[in-house]
Amino acid sequence: MIIDFIIGIISAGIPLAAPLLLAGLGEMFNQRAGVFNLGVEGIMLMGAFVGFLTVLTVGSAVLGLLAAIIVGAIMGLLMAIVTVKFKAKQGISGIGLFMLGWGLSGTLFRVYVGGITSIKGIKTFSFPFLGKIPIIGEIFFQNNILVYFTFLLVPISWYILNKTAWGLKVKAVGTNPQAADTLGIKVERIRFQCIILGSIMAGLAGAYLTIAQTHIFADKITAGRGFIAVALVYFGRWKPVGIMWGTLLFSLAHALQRSIQVYGINFPYEIAVIIPYLLVIVVLALSYKSQFLGPTSLGKPFIRGSRE
Amino acid sequence: MKKKLFSETTYRILIIVTAIFFALLVGAILLLIAKTNPLKAYVVMFTEPLGGKFGLTEILVRAAPLMLVGLGIAIAFRSGIINIGGEGQILIGAILGTFIALSFPDLPTYILLPLIFIASFIGGAIWGGIAGWMKAYLSVNEILSTIMLNYIALQIYMFLIRGPMIDPKEVSYGTGVPQTAPLSRNAWLAKIIPASRLHAGIIVAVILAIMVYLFLWKTTIGYKLRAAGAEAKAAKYIGVNVKNYLVLAMLLSGGFAGMAGAIEVCGVHHRALESISAGYGFSGIVVALFGGLHPLGIIPASAVFGLLIVGADMMQRSGDVPASIILAIQGLIILAIVSIQIFFSNDALKEKIMTKLNLMKSGDKDDN
Repeated sequence: MIIDFIIGIISAGIPLAAPLLLAGLGEMFNQRAGVFNLGVEGIMLMGAFVGFLTVLTVGSAVLGLLAAIIVGAIMGLLMAIVTVKFKAKQGISGIGLFMLGWGLSGTLFRVYVGGITSIKGIKTFSFPFLGKIPIIGEIFFQNNILVYFTFLLVPISWYILNKTAWGLKVKAVGTNPQAADTLGIKVERIRFQCIILGSIMAGLAGAYLTIAQTHIFADKITAGRGFIAVALVYFGRWKPVGIMWGTLLFSLAHALQRSIQVYGINFPYEIAVIIPYLLVIVVLALSYKSQFLGPTSLGKPFIRGSRE
Repeated sequence: MKKKLFSETTYRILIIVTAIFFALLVGAILLLIAKTNPLKAYVVMFTEPLGGKFGLTEILVRAAPLMLVGLGIAIAFRSGIINIGGEGQILIGAILGTFIALSFPDLPTYILLPLIFIASFIGGAIWGGIAGWMKAYLSVNEILSTIMLNYIALQIYMFLIRGPMIDPKEVSYGTGVPQTAPLSRNAWLAKIIPASRLHAGIIVAVILAIMVYLFLWKTTIGYKLRAAGAEAKAAKYIGVNVKNYLVLAMLLSGGFAGMAGAIEVCGVHHRALESISAGYGFSGIVVALFGGLHPLGIIPASAVFGLLIVGADMMQRSGDVPASIILAIQGLIILAIVSIQIFFSNDALKEKIMTKLNLMKSGDKDDN
């Protein structure tokens, strides 16, 4: 009984981690390049909506994901123009982008869909043999393909960041853009690339929610996951593996909260829903020392010739 | 050298107008995507509410909470802290105010109303203060903490109006609408125009705006607050405890948002109900930025966005486009306003554009 309960939570928690991880890794690239993109939540909402709409009308999950990528890239471009070209304050710009995505996804949903409709999502992919192993198979090898893809991105992101020339440029740009500029690195171009990459991943994370997880769209369906992903980048100290642990911690808490409801444990629903958000605050408070480990130029616009 | 034909002010106005134009242009594309004629939509949004008593009074009904939230956000911004938690602070303020109103229904209005406002102020202040304290002493990013506090406040609020504070009638009739019992008449803000929803809240808001102006610009504490925000290091040098001023700024900021909750409860709904905030916490940010983070700018700015919100509602009612589009347009306006700061702060860029404009202007003159 208790083992079933725990297995249930873990196997439910892993797929819940995927969207947070996708968005979190994307935000990591953003912040490593020195840009704080708080618009993730808005981009996720738009990704969730266009992914949903594409599957609803065309019926293809692949096209749905592609649509989310395109929308993510467009919103990322907008964010990059505002924060890199016009050197606007990043925090408040992100809130603008969030409101844009929130308002637009809600509006277009009412115009193009109207009410609650569900779509056919992505089937789970059970690994041959591996998926049949008791417990382990259930936990690790019976998920949809996007979950595997997302977790594969953890080592890939690590490799890109630490072992490729581009990754080193990203880190240089986020740590000391003036020095990077002197070395001939195109600071603004790298930042553009990172914001757009991060936004594409946020778009995908949103599409994951509608296509692979809930199969429906509703206003504010992301419920703060974009913001949580940003917070988890701090918690994960700007490292892919750290971010992965953060998202797992989170999604397990989320799964636990759901189980509490399913098992009918007498606990007010609203109080259970608070748990993940409370956890973010606790996590942020506990990881306050890690700010010294973060990219030193995070949040500062690059102005050529300035000394800061 | 020729005297400049373009003054600083004209330059500023020109830049702002261009930015708003671009925001509305992108908004027009969005409206097209939403299958709406943008020109018609904008005309409805900007003019229809101005055409009658209903629209005009509704603008002011919306402007009152916007002004309070905007004032709070401006206080925070001026002190170097970004308060995105208006939404949660409104809810906590609203529920505490409602609690007082329901607990002492028979107190005379002139005692009860101030009590409600004080309770709402304290509620919002606590909610904002938590984020301020965590920012000052634990370096927790205030944007993230205030957003999380929004979600937490919403759940607490919903729990209270669905459970312990639900209107007993909703339970006995079995309808179960999540809302509290109605407030006694003593807790109502007086109507200032009969047969409309316009209540005294707008007057309260304007008085508070003037008080915030006096506080920020004419008192030592206000001066120190602004100093802490403008240049933390320098402020420390002149003996300002920057950390404590951050907390104070968030207490005040949250308190103002909390009072916006009281205004909605006592002025409009006369009870606490589900959608009490209607996004004022976020719209307040746009109002504050649009008003130049200055209390006297925020007064007209809240009327402008009151107009837009009422206009968007009218658009929705006429079946054109859902009112939620106004959120997207507000998002665009934020992006536009933050983008143009560079045209004010970068002197080289400013010089370049002014010279060009002057050339254009003198060119015009030659043609004449």
